[in-house]
Amino acid sequence: MSPLLKLEDLSVSFATPRGNLRAVKNVSIELQKGESLGVVGESGSGKTVLSRATMGLLPSTATRTGKIIYKDQDISQLPRNEVRDLWGTGMAMIFQDPMTALNPVRRIGTQLTESLTVRLGMSKKDARAKAIELMKRVRIPDPEGMLKKFPYQLSGGMRQRIMIAIAVSCSPEMLFADEPTTALDVTVQAQVLELLTELRKEFNMGMILVTHDLGVVAGHTDKIAVMYAGDVVEYAPTRQLFNNMKMPYTEALLKSIPRLETPTGTRLPVVEGRLPDPTKNEPGCSFANRCPYATDKCRTETPPLTDGGNQHFYRCWFPIGGGK
Amino acid sequence: MAGTGKAHMRPDGDRVLVVDDLTVEFNLGKNKVVKAVSGVSFDLVRGETLAIVGESGCGKSTLGKAVLQLPKPTSGSVNFLSKELTTMGKSELRDMRPAMQMIFQDPVSSLDPRQPVSAVLAEPLQVWNKGTQVEIDAKIDELLTAVNLDPAVVRDRRSYEFSGGQCQRISIARALALDPTMIICDEPVSALDVSVQAQILNLLQDMKDRYGLSLIFISHDLAVVKTISTRVMVMYLGKVCEVATPDELYTNTKHHYTKALVGSVPIPDPDRPISGNLIQGEPPSPMNPPSGCRFRTRCPQASEKCAQEEPQLREVSLGHFVACHHPAE
Repeated sequence: MSPLLKLEDLSVSFATPRGNLRAVKNVSIELQKGESLGVVGESGSGKTVLSRATMGLLPSTATRTGKIIYKDQDISQLPRNEVRDLWGTGMAMIFQDPMTALNPVRRIGTQLTESLTVRLGMSKKDARAKAIELMKRVRIPDPEGMLKKFPYQLSGGMRQRIMIAIAVSCSPEMLFADEPTTALDVTVQAQVLELLTELRKEFNMGMILVTHDLGVVAGHTDKIAVMYAGDVVEYAPTRQLFNNMKMPYTEALLKSIPRLETPTGTRLPVVEGRLPDPTKNEPGCSFANRCPYATDKCRTETPPLTDGGNQHFYRCWFPIGGGK
Repeated sequence: MAGTGKAHMRPDGDRVLVVDDLTVEFNLGKNKVVKAVSGVSFDLVRGETLAIVGESGCGKSTLGKAVLQLPKPTSGSVNFLSKELTTMGKSELRDMRPAMQMIFQDPVSSLDPRQPVSAVLAEPLQVWNKGTQVEIDAKIDELLTAVNLDPAVVRDRRSYEFSGGQCQRISIARALALDPTMIICDEPVSALDVSVQAQILNLLQDMKDRYGLSLIFISHDLAVVKTISTRVMVMYLGKVCEVATPDELYTNTKHHYTKALVGSVPIPDPDRPISGNLIQGEPPSPMNPPSGCRFRTRCPQASEKCAQEEPQLREVSLGHFVACHHPAE
């Protein structure tokens, strides 16, 4: 079966006053229909740029190279209006901050029915009925009353549910969720993640879940791509990744998550240091200056993406537990 | 849940802060009143880290601010270092401020974008006449070094040149500048990545040990407070649900709301089934809270009694207090 989405050597760079900033470097990943991929990394790792580049939502300062194959068609070279035709019905996105993603001066009803009337050509009456149905689906209490409200009248969790309802309104085949729960409380986060997984299965959507928290993706994805400084540094099916971690960076990310089992007073293991300057293009592994296992080889030679078997790829000279 | 009561107070302890029956109401006009905090009592023993945990809208931030009289609470008493803050005049209260500091949630917006870091840190020291310019400069370098920033590099930079984690370090340095007794941290790591979050949590712990601070740590995430707190107070809709040490709270959870909070923490393990213990929906409006136990509308164990009678905090085991008619076994 050919994949729903396939990225081949996708790179994105931005022209900045300090030089060329390489945000995403030669990323190749693929996603089947109904499958969920977690993209995990720190701020500045390129995870958000990756999902925006795929959807064609980059600013004009960006340069994109590589192929984006969506349903056997390379959409990276399509003119903008044809890419736009894919939005909503083909690909849809949920943004991190539901307050700024919703229009503050328009009613929820207007924002929710817009894509239905524009994209699906529904009549206003049908769109209204569909909007109510969608809101019921994302478990919004009193959907009829909600149509008249403005975003500021809703809690963060409710706003995110509205965003989800808008994103799935035209039954997209591919859903990008960019940190959909980072602005939410843990209780609401759990509910929203559950809802996304339910909808994905119901509509058989492909989903890319972008987050900085490995805890969020563990239970809700089929595979995971860990990003660091624009590179995919580890790429594996979710279980494989957690049970047989190869990258010291992934391990460090996992260890830094506070857990309920940790006894009180324990110091959390920390990845000291910061991401390297993205405008400099230095040789060696980008994680070398923060890696506890780094050697001289790591600082001078860039490790390639290595196939470790079992669909497990990693970018490290000295993977945890040895090579294949 | 969500009851009142004072069983968890420790009159024998060396307490820096005693909050008694604190209520904060916001008047919305048209006879509408939001009861953000309703009759909450707690105390903070010297050297302790008290975590206040609950969902958005439970009143945890309002409570933190009311302790600092920002704004003054509607009723109740706040006794800090054996002085009553609620009845103090402006200038008296101002004299207390150096001893009680606050760290805010959003590290970037809590720093003035027009001021270099050196000016941000110098301001409290100059306002309180803490020495000559040379002494102040030395103090700034000491503070920056304490929070693991290189003074030579960061002194002349402004907040927008820093990452969220670095801004939070600067906020911590600013809070430490006047040698406070107590710092209230309002969701200090919620806006940060997990990797940076761990750094800031460790830093707060170090600063607490080094400067002998007492901390109040406000958060919505039980896992975050687990490692650093010595006592946890769970709040729901302006009331206290459960108070215990963190280890006791997680191993022997009594309140059904605390159970839901525990069950909501994402676990980085794909083989652990996702907890079926989740509560649905969101808290009811604090303008019109449910009668009796405020959690009963979302509680799986709610009974007739919960609607009629408000549960009081009572001790279920040593140092573990719960306000619930039907606590979990």
